Amino acid sequence: MKPFEDVGARAVMILSPGDNIAVAVRDIAAGEKVELDGRAVVITAPVLTGHKIAARPIASGERVIKYGAPIGKATAAVAPGETVHLHNLTSDYLPTYTLDEGHEFLKEQHQ
Amino acid sequence: MTIQAYLRNDGRKGIRNIVAVTYLVECAHHVAREITYPNRDSGAHLIGFPGCFPNAYSFKMLERLCTHPNVGAVLLVSLGCEGFDKGRLLEAIRASGRPAKLLVIQDAGGTRSSVAEGQAWVSQTLAQLQNTPRVEMAIDELVVGTICGGSDATSGLTANPAMGRAFDFLVERNATCIFEETGELIGMEHWMAERAQNPALGREIVNTVAKAAKYYAIYGHASIGPGNADGGLTTIEEKSLGAYAKSGQSVISGIIKPGDVPVAGGLYLLDVVPDGEARFGFPNISDNAEIAELIACGSHLTLFSTGRGSVVGSALAPVIKVCANPDTYKRMAGDMDVDAGRILEGRATLDDVGREIYDLILRVANGEPTKSEALGHQEFILTYKSFEPLGPACFPSAA
Repeated sequence: MKPFEDVGARAVMILSPGDNIAVAVRDIAAGEKVELDGRAVVITAPVLTGHKIAARPIASGERVIKYGAPIGKATAAVAPGETVHLHNLTSDYLPTYTLDEGHEFLKEQHQ
Repeated sequence: MTIQAYLRNDGRKGIRNIVAVTYLVECAHHVAREITYPNRDSGAHLIGFPGCFPNAYSFKMLERLCTHPNVGAVLLVSLGCEGFDKGRLLEAIRASGRPAKLLVIQDAGGTRSSVAEGQAWVSQTLAQLQNTPRVEMAIDELVVGTICGGSDATSGLTANPAMGRAFDFLVERNATCIFEETGELIGMEHWMAERAQNPALGREIVNTVAKAAKYYAIYGHASIGPGNADGGLTTIEEKSLGAYAKSGQSVISGIIKPGDVPVAGGLYLLDVVPDGEARFGFPNISDNAEIAELIACGSHLTLFSTGRGSVVGSALAPVIKVCANPDTYKRMAGDMDVDAGRILEGRATLDDVGREIYDLILRVANGEPTKSEALGHQEFILTYKSFEPLGPACFPSAA
């Protein structure tokens, strides 16, 4: 599949064949089963529309691939169906600014 | 559909017929706003520059904005003692054939008399602008910019690629399309370089993005905010991947900087990150700073994709808002011109929405107000920056 093809109306989709994450195309509740690579996987935590889950096991330090492009490195091992976000993915370029407690940038601001 | 445009004395064609009330320092802002207010729904728009210290970038920006094809006349509002070179700006506007007046508050006797004099001039000039000749405008004369704001992870799945399709339709017809925010293209530089018209331009694209990455690094983090993360975007590369989709799939014809108006149709990358050492803070402090730059490059209108739900419009040029997220659309339909979230729900294809955006561009060019225009949005911001002139590799078609 080429980048930016139509996404259709499934719960999750893998945007490009080499991707190791899938994207939720609607909100998914904890406990729902979704199909990943032909296997049913139980979603353990709620996933909002557009958010990512691992489509296959991702090792700590491994590149995370979306639309065939690297979007950063995993900072922990991720099992299929688990969410991939700020807690386990970091940029290869520049840090992301968030309002989360304990973020390096915020610590600096609050000093 | 043919576009009925306003013909200016310099030969350029506009899709709106505006009197730009322009304050030249923050100290003149209130007076300019009061002057604009009674006519803000009938063609008077407020723009300006808050700083008292002169700056080549802000001068060029105001010069290009005051001589923009959507602008028919200009009222410059000066306090009197600011650093802005008001005489040179007035001369440039008059040289373009546009009626222009300089109102100096200190000479006019203060707030009350300045507001009265300014309001009278604006009302009279708006009436005169009714006589502006109307001419047909071809699609290849149209300049369209694109931006995303309040992005979430749906932006890159629906609205951005659909706007990219609309860009492809426009570029096929030799219109001029501009995409920007090199700080939000970090990670995409090598893909973009492959689409450059020639290898030298490809190398310039890579250098331009490297400059942006370095600039943002100095300020400690990338152009990705808490709302983006709540919306499911984790890293700048991921945000970039979505932002990049706005550019469509056409060949990239050149790189421009704020205020440079492309001389031929095609797809251009607007380099918004200042040159030289990092000064004056973040390259663009909010979305409207980027929209103002797109307009200064000649954009008649701007496509704006949003997932989280931005409400902004702009002074001088209409903004078409394309909503990426179906849930956001349900909450904020009154602010959105296009519902691209249908793609996620399986109710439309990227091509359907791309075609819808293209058709809407033509209708808006023909006078149909966008949602933000009808709601009275006329946001504008201009701050300090510094740029070096373009190198020869940035304009391969002109070489």
